[in-house]
Amino acid sequence: MDIIGGLWQGFMVALAPYNLLWCFIGVLLGTLVGIMPGLGPAATIAMLLPLTFKMEPATAMIMLAGIYYGAKYGGSTTSILLNVPGESASVVTCLDGYQMARQGRAGAALGIAAIASFVAGTVGVLGLMLVAPPLARFALTFSSPEYFALMSLGLAMVVLLAGKSMVKALLAMLVGLWIASMGTDLFSSTSRFTFGNMEMLDGIDFVVVAIGVFAIGEVMASVESREEGQVLPVPKGLRNLLPTMQDMKDCRFAFVNGSVVGFLVGVLPGAGSTIASFLSYGLEKAVSKRPEMFGHGAPEGVAAPEGANNSETGGALVPLLTLGIPGSGTTAILLAALILWGLRPGPLLIQDNPTLFWGLVASMYIGNVMLLVLNLPLVPAFAQVLRLPVYILYPLILGVSLVGVLSVSGSVFDASMLVAFSLLGYAMRKLDYPSAPLILGLVLGDGMERALRQSLMMSQGDLSILVSRPASAIMLALAVLILVAPLARGFNRWRQKAIES
Amino acid sequence: MKKADFWSGLALAGLGAYIVMQARAWDYLTPEGPGAGFFPLWYGIAMIALSLVLVAASVRGGGEKRAVDTLGPTRALALWAALAVSVALLKVIGFAASFALLTYAVVAFLYGKRWTVAAGVGIASAAAFHLIFAVALGVSLPAGPLGF
Repeated sequence: MDIIGGLWQGFMVALAPYNLLWCFIGVLLGTLVGIMPGLGPAATIAMLLPLTFKMEPATAMIMLAGIYYGAKYGGSTTSILLNVPGESASVVTCLDGYQMARQGRAGAALGIAAIASFVAGTVGVLGLMLVAPPLARFALTFSSPEYFALMSLGLAMVVLLAGKSMVKALLAMLVGLWIASMGTDLFSSTSRFTFGNMEMLDGIDFVVVAIGVFAIGEVMASVESREEGQVLPVPKGLRNLLPTMQDMKDCRFAFVNGSVVGFLVGVLPGAGSTIASFLSYGLEKAVSKRPEMFGHGAPEGVAAPEGANNSETGGALVPLLTLGIPGSGTTAILLAALILWGLRPGPLLIQDNPTLFWGLVASMYIGNVMLLVLNLPLVPAFAQVLRLPVYILYPLILGVSLVGVLSVSGSVFDASMLVAFSLLGYAMRKLDYPSAPLILGLVLGDGMERALRQSLMMSQGDLSILVSRPASAIMLALAVLILVAPLARGFNRWRQKAIES
Repeated sequence: MKKADFWSGLALAGLGAYIVMQARAWDYLTPEGPGAGFFPLWYGIAMIALSLVLVAASVRGGGEKRAVDTLGPTRALALWAALAVSVALLKVIGFAASFALLTYAVVAFLYGKRWTVAAGVGIASAAAFHLIFAVALGVSLPAGPLGF
């Protein structure tokens, strides 16, 4: 199916009233969770995932993806008005966005963030649409050894950029692999790590771990402090939210920079929107004629990172939808969602489910327009969410988390596991263990073990099959290089500097 | 010595040892290919090795002088305990009542609001959840003696 034909079919799906409604709900929820510090898209998608089981997969994906990219729009609001990023990708927006707000230009800063997000978000979807189908066709030649190598490469990339300590990131990933092994081994029917508990025979539901580690773990970390931030006032009226012509002229390169850098970084597993926004900001400052203005309210210091973190969404969906390899915690949850809906993420996904892929692409074009319309005139209304007392917000998050888990199986045992994993999530935050590698290890663990065992069955136990096929050998060599390179001091200094920034 | 890294490294080394011990009890290789113990054995060994690297690095890393904040973690663990109690009560008093109690505990004890405010927020939240999820969306939630 060619791109034009696919896109036409996609718009037929996305413009169906039911899908439009869920797309709107998704982007609205995304904007709200992006605005609220302490509740990111990963936690929200994990909490709402069980409620999508009765939906058509295309509709559910349109809604969940709406939350994913909608949160990127909303994240800028708290950065600009509160100097607190709503989610990690908006950290760098604080630098110039909050300064603009302090100078009485909050409206212009919010307007630039919304316009940059729209431009770059649309470019990101365009990239996804053009890159994903040929990549999926290429990946059709992959067999078990290539899949094992690909998953190893994906995990290595995530470990590389997940935290200050690679050892801790690797350990988190191994714990994820261990949790993935729990339950009945489908090859031999052996019960593994079930602790003699019948309810563990099916393993631990991914949703339980994701909600515990991301949502409740985050609430526990947030509840440590009783302080609430001071919100700067938002000017009312659309006219006061529109940037000036001079602002738009200053930002024209930043729109392009954010779009391109964001998409390219997004395609790489593990890099993520936070790194995309920092790279884009750094590039913008490096080529600017007035670098001294950065950090003091330069509009392009808002446009570049906000554009990059939105364009990154389109890029991040490329490996997820073509190879079945997620590059971050949020895309790992989306991968789990595809599996739970009975789909097989990988190179055949686009071919077997054109309605889902093209419907999603078309809905993202529509969703970006919805977000621009929502975020320009309604920002003052959204900002009111920041005035919701945390003593009401946190119990609501706990309640939605509990309902999410109970709706999967109705089992109180799963709710008890949620309590255990929330403690694990909190402990990981306190001890500086990154949670993304754990979630990725959990999502990829089962497929990785299956690919390895199938490879060794094909070769009758000969491990050389993993390196005798060119694509597999190249990917495994890259994975090893990624894990060994930090032993070189210079590279490790660069890695740590990138993460710390 | 970085105490947190030292103790978490030791705990993970213990977990790795447990994984290896369990994996050794399962088939490593079968005539058809790798058995149930193959993959866990290798990641268990990797876990032990990496944990020991972490422990060694924490011992060599020297002392860390950091102001210890006990109030923050106490508040977080109090929230966790409230959640654990409410989950334990799910089967006994149902979702609505246990969630109302959880909300009451957070509002009254963690945020020090008056009991009337806490009770109001608790009852309103539980009622809203019951109406949205159990009634409107048909989610099956544990019921108490009163039927909700």
